[in-house]
Amino acid sequence: MGPQDLTDTMIRLEKVAKVFPGASRPAVDDLDLDVGKGEFVTLVGPSGCGKTTTLKMINRIIEPSSGRILIDGADVVAVPPHELRRSIGYVIQQVGLFPHRTIAQNIATVPALMGWDAGRIKERIEQLAALVGLDPEMLDRYPAALSGGQQQRVGVARALAADPPLLLMDEPFGAVDPIVRKRLQHEFQALQQRLGKTVVFVTHDVDEAILLGDRMAILNVGGVLEQFDEPATILANPANAFVEDFLGGERGLKRLALLPVGEAQGIRWGPVVDVSANPEEAKRVMEEESTDWIGLLEEGRLLGWVDGSAVGTGPLRDLVPRPFLVTLGSDASLRSALDAVVTSHARVAMVVDQGLYRGMLDLEGISEEITE
Amino acid sequence: MMAQASPLIDWQWIWRNMGEILDRTWQHLSLTAVSVALGLVISLGLTAVVLRWRRTYTPITWVTGLLYTIPSLALFALLVPIVGLNATNAVIALTSYTLLIIIRNMVAGINGVPEPVLEAADGMGYTRRARFWRMEIPLALPVIIAGLRIATVTTVGLVTVTAVLGLGGYGYFILRGLNTFFWTQILVGVTLSVVLATILDLAFIWLQSALSPWARSPK
Repeated sequence: MGPQDLTDTMIRLEKVAKVFPGASRPAVDDLDLDVGKGEFVTLVGPSGCGKTTTLKMINRIIEPSSGRILIDGADVVAVPPHELRRSIGYVIQQVGLFPHRTIAQNIATVPALMGWDAGRIKERIEQLAALVGLDPEMLDRYPAALSGGQQQRVGVARALAADPPLLLMDEPFGAVDPIVRKRLQHEFQALQQRLGKTVVFVTHDVDEAILLGDRMAILNVGGVLEQFDEPATILANPANAFVEDFLGGERGLKRLALLPVGEAQGIRWGPVVDVSANPEEAKRVMEEESTDWIGLLEEGRLLGWVDGSAVGTGPLRDLVPRPFLVTLGSDASLRSALDAVVTSHARVAMVVDQGLYRGMLDLEGISEEITE
Repeated sequence: MMAQASPLIDWQWIWRNMGEILDRTWQHLSLTAVSVALGLVISLGLTAVVLRWRRTYTPITWVTGLLYTIPSLALFALLVPIVGLNATNAVIALTSYTLLIIIRNMVAGINGVPEPVLEAADGMGYTRRARFWRMEIPLALPVIIAGLRIATVTTVGLVTVTAVLGLGGYGYFILRGLNTFFWTQILVGVTLSVVLATILDLAFIWLQSALSPWARSPK
């Protein structure tokens, strides 16, 4: 914990506690937590776990009872709260758009507070509308005219307006319907990959935390940190019974959804030969692999497969291959590979990248990843 | 007297007394305006007190509520020994009736600002003062104006009662008409009071809509 590792740390919580007046026990209890620069950290846990309280202590909406919070090495109490907050994007579940201001004015909130000139603000508003996928026609309307999903897009645009390095989000997609939520999650994930902001994201939805977080902090009632790690690691090795229980069922599947096919250990070449190969060699490969079909390549491209009984003495080139119904890119998830395996005739998922055959995964290859 | 049945409306009387009608219109308007304006100023002060010290809300609404329940005639009579039988008496009484309505709406307007809006404003980096003037006040404005509107229309009605103090605006015609069984005077007083109240009511509706374009139904 030398001072030098502060350069990579965006937020550091040191023994932070919060006891609300009249409460018998702390909402957050001596919490230590580091968030790296550009990292997306999700805070997740059951109600009463202090996740929202923790988030709101970072921008001093709630003041800690004890402990210290550093942002980029500086104590948050070093500047007045309103100045601190202008440099931190803030998105809340109920959005909290200002009803008496147009969408454009809402987005311009922080730049206006910081005294940007009108031309720069206008340019920035248009940029942000495009960034979050907001129809420019909406900009002159009042928030009441927008749907819940559109309002939350505006909420995100407003938080990003002055380009803060840090974004705090309190269940931002909690109030929209599941379909819109899924879309907003994916859009925001893509947006974050482009912008590289440091994000602290509170949710009670464990799947959302797994999907979005580079790391997830699982909190228990009373603000106790149970586990803080990458989602795939937590899914593979839950620290204790509470975490295991909180992650819920289908931990293996949830983990598979996070792992890309390209990184799977179990990926192998399989019963696949080039069309120029000798039919005898094709038969030998089928025997080795103990399959009754063979995949055909031409210059690295996957043509399809033929039934083993069709392979005779004539050249393989003369056979008419049947296409594989599903092929996967190497950035597809192992979960989609599993789906391909159980739905395909040959019980394999063929991996093809930019047209070139990379290898195949079968059930055995995938389950290696689950049990790892 | 029954034999020569006078017509319900004596247009000639109206024509002959046009000067008096205009004078009484002015009196009615000025009594209303002065009382509501004074009520607004006092309410602003008392609302500021309530917003700073929340616990004062109950006693302040209790006292202004008590004032509101005193019958107007009784209040005029009570004030006579103190200020005499004059316009000051009328304005004090009329003003005191506006307080409860205006204060209640001001406090309700400020309290009605949605919590997420306040939290977002804090989160964006508004100072407490800037948040009050740029968020809470504009958002409370429709409710505050609604309070002024009710206070004004109520006052227009109550001004007629000040006829017993020798004032009354249009109430002067009503009182005189009742004393002389002269229907035209009564009708003129009643009709013009209603017309005045309606005009002011519509003016406030227009003002409310002009100052809060965002609260109109979205389209």
